[in-house]
Amino acid sequence: MEQIKVEIDGLACEAPKGSTILDIARANGIDIPTLCYDPRLSPYGACRLCLVEVEGARALLPACCAKADDGMVIQTTNEKLERIRKTLVELLVSDHPMECQGCSKSGRCELQRLADKYGITESSFTGEVHEYDLHRENPFVMRDYNKCIMCGRCIRICREVQGVGVYDFVNRGFKAVPGTPYDRPMQETPCEFCGQCISTCPTGAIKARPYEDFGRVAALDMLRNACAYFKMPEEDMMKALGLESWVTRTTCAYCGCGCQLDIHVIDNKIVEITSPVMVGSGQGNLCVKGRFGYDFVSSSERLTRPLIKKKGKFEEAEWDEALSLVAKKLGDTKKKSGPDSIGVLSSARATNEDNYLIQKFARAVIGTNNVDHCARL
Amino acid sequence: MSGNGNGHAYKVVLGYGTCGIAAGATAVKEALEQEVESGGYDVDLDIAGCMGLCFKEPVVEIFDRDGCSVVYGDITAKKVPQLLEEHVGKGQVIEDWVVKKSEDPNACDGDFLANQLRVVLRNCGKINPESIEEYIEIGGYEAARKALTSMTPEEVIDEVSTSGIRGRGGAGFPTGTKWGFARKSPGDEKYLICNADEGDPGAFMDRSVLEGDPHTVLEGMILAGFAIGARQGYIYCRAEYPLALKRLDIAIEECHQKGFLGENIFGSDWSFDVKVKKGAGAFVCGEETAMMASIEGQRGMPKPRPPFPANSGLWGKPTNINNVETFAAIPWIIAEGGEKYADIGTEKSKGTKVFCLAGKVRRTGLAEVPMGYTLRQVIFDVGGGIAGGREFKAVQMGGPSGGCLPAEKLDTQVDYDQITAAGAIIGSGGMIVADNRTCMVDLARYFLSFTQDESCGKCTPCRIGTKRMLEILERICEGKGEPEDIEKLQILAGDIKDASLCALGGTAPNPVLTTLRYFKDEYEDHILNHKCAAGSCPALITLYIDAETCTGCAACVKVCPTDAITGEKKEPHVIDAEACIRCKMCLSRCPSESIIAE
Repeated sequence: MEQIKVEIDGLACEAPKGSTILDIARANGIDIPTLCYDPRLSPYGACRLCLVEVEGARALLPACCAKADDGMVIQTTNEKLERIRKTLVELLVSDHPMECQGCSKSGRCELQRLADKYGITESSFTGEVHEYDLHRENPFVMRDYNKCIMCGRCIRICREVQGVGVYDFVNRGFKAVPGTPYDRPMQETPCEFCGQCISTCPTGAIKARPYEDFGRVAALDMLRNACAYFKMPEEDMMKALGLESWVTRTTCAYCGCGCQLDIHVIDNKIVEITSPVMVGSGQGNLCVKGRFGYDFVSSSERLTRPLIKKKGKFEEAEWDEALSLVAKKLGDTKKKSGPDSIGVLSSARATNEDNYLIQKFARAVIGTNNVDHCARL
Repeated sequence: MSGNGNGHAYKVVLGYGTCGIAAGATAVKEALEQEVESGGYDVDLDIAGCMGLCFKEPVVEIFDRDGCSVVYGDITAKKVPQLLEEHVGKGQVIEDWVVKKSEDPNACDGDFLANQLRVVLRNCGKINPESIEEYIEIGGYEAARKALTSMTPEEVIDEVSTSGIRGRGGAGFPTGTKWGFARKSPGDEKYLICNADEGDPGAFMDRSVLEGDPHTVLEGMILAGFAIGARQGYIYCRAEYPLALKRLDIAIEECHQKGFLGENIFGSDWSFDVKVKKGAGAFVCGEETAMMASIEGQRGMPKPRPPFPANSGLWGKPTNINNVETFAAIPWIIAEGGEKYADIGTEKSKGTKVFCLAGKVRRTGLAEVPMGYTLRQVIFDVGGGIAGGREFKAVQMGGPSGGCLPAEKLDTQVDYDQITAAGAIIGSGGMIVADNRTCMVDLARYFLSFTQDESCGKCTPCRIGTKRMLEILERICEGKGEPEDIEKLQILAGDIKDASLCALGGTAPNPVLTTLRYFKDEYEDHILNHKCAAGSCPALITLYIDAETCTGCAACVKVCPTDAITGEKKEPHVIDAEACIRCKMCLSRCPSESIIAE
């Protein structure tokens, strides 16, 4: 691929032709603040925080959208740019409830991080502040547009990645806000509750609704809040508190896509599942099952011990007893009716390795090709 | 039309644009039809678009056999019988009603038109816009025929480049250069868009052209389509212009019947068609990237440029966008030659520009003048100066994106560079004239409230920044401003200009910045002394009646919503300051101008 050379803040950089200024800067360790940018989405250029100065250009350019040309000389920071960025953050803060301690996004909020960077605790601009009702009409997604910064990421991820398009902006000017058609509850729209909008929302405007374990969720919020307050990464905070990691990275087992999951656990219970952006095959995108389908894990109805039917009733048994019984019955059946009288059905919830073993067991141990799988979950 | 062609003794033409209809032309039309029928007059009745004499609507022009004409203004249905009886019946001109006579351009308000040079508006008010025949009769579609049958696209672009015409939509980009980009842009599929989403408060020239001479615009588009290589054109016209839309539909249909649109136009191998897309009244859709999003069926929101439309426009294809007024000038340029157009105007701003005179000017309407006229010539010679003999204070040019120029700038030439240097823009050509009763802080507040309402909400500086600026201005108008507000406004305005995504936000602070530049004392007066010298801001004024001039006519009493005005009949009245809410309804009604706001 054709390479181009540019200079960013005095640093000579090389990148493939067609790269944006932001791509090149980040690849070279230069941080340009953004709010409406998500690497999963098409660039948008709305928040204006990534404006940079390009020598010879008529105006400031949004680094997220502007393609770099060979020989470009770019400044990502100077007095004017930083003043503009501070003004922009102040403007956003002037219409944002800055009660971060009570917000479950605290510690992960992109606006909070920028307000912190520019030393803004309250805006020097005062005026009308939005007072929208909370949208809590479904069990998965909670919307609080008082915290919305109009970055359009929810709208774009729903349209561009999911191909659904539940949201668009409504109204104009200061009153512009994302919304559903005719302000209908989300269950009356084509929404699939994948929660992708949650995954991209930079503030606390769109959040996952915890369905139970409010105490544990609150504990997690408190821990994150503490991280934000002490400006400590979660890892360090955990070490300081002598806690084990509360995030476990794993691969989603619902289907074969292999999306990466970060499972947030408090007191041995899952309280939230997220996916690391641009990591693994899913690139941070999850479906409704991967994101919300975890309540079975600690369900009281889940079988955790084998059951043996005795006198028409299931009774709890030990694993050894249960496995011996299964082995004996399989052996008897094979002897009596031949291996093809037995079929093996495995689960899509099991890993590839487990499924491999199951078919191996069917073919090599039992001696049958009657193997199937429920990969239609 | 000059002459009356079909053998009648007189031809009576009624101005039937939106301005005329709003002033009552429909009743006049019915009265004319009825009267001609019942009176048996030898008259050919016809309609035409707006002549530009908006201040005299409804307007009737009567032509005799020699093509001489008399224009009558302020015609009502009641006046129609007398008009026909005297002028048509007895051949006597009713001098009191005359606006203009063709043989005496300076008669009455005739200098309104005499001081103009009409290229874009050449046919407006002269031909029936619903008749392609009338357009063809005066040489219409000859330019397109000439280009398509005897010129190459490059030659057409060269001619336009020679003319030096710059985009009349506001930005003033050289049209020939723009067409050149679109022509050279690779791709077989290209689009042409006519921007008829006129939305500036105080601008109505595009509407008048579409209502008065739609074929000129279509001919300009055929020429542009041929030049850049686009086979499909769109006219993005706001739905609030129903008459323009209707006349465009008629014109397009007529063109299809004549074969001027469609396959193999004028027997050439060139095909071109035009569709009308109705806009839903969003000001931001006048911005080209938002307009293309709207045509594509999305919410009208701008996108960052580059990529420019010439490379990636409508549906990602090379696209050229021009304004109505630009297209309307093109047939003239091709017919008369680019050099003739370039002879008009100044060194860097060629040709003519249509201005919409509005506000406190005596003669409101459409004024097309050569570039290089001074503001004084436009406002005083064409517009007749300030209404009511008041003092000129400022002119807001270019609508909400433009700026306010004070009296000392009146000798500035109307030219893209000079107006920009003075702090305003030519923009779409709106000229809102302010007199000494206009508060400049309030004027800036008004324009900012417009841009704030019309902001699409996409980018932060425009959505929240203009809102915060507006709130500061509202506070100042209410007498609650702080001394540091002026600096705050200036800094915020600068950041909004630098950081906004599109020109709507980028130019929104201009009215504030120019009023701060030329009328800073008014801001200070509001903030420090809590005074509005223009007597305009309700929170800062008291209304009282001058007992010496008050005639006691009680016109004020009738309109006062709080019954704050009392007094005996024919005796001077008094305003109860406690009850008065300073709505100024009385002020606008008082025939003796006895009500004083201070």
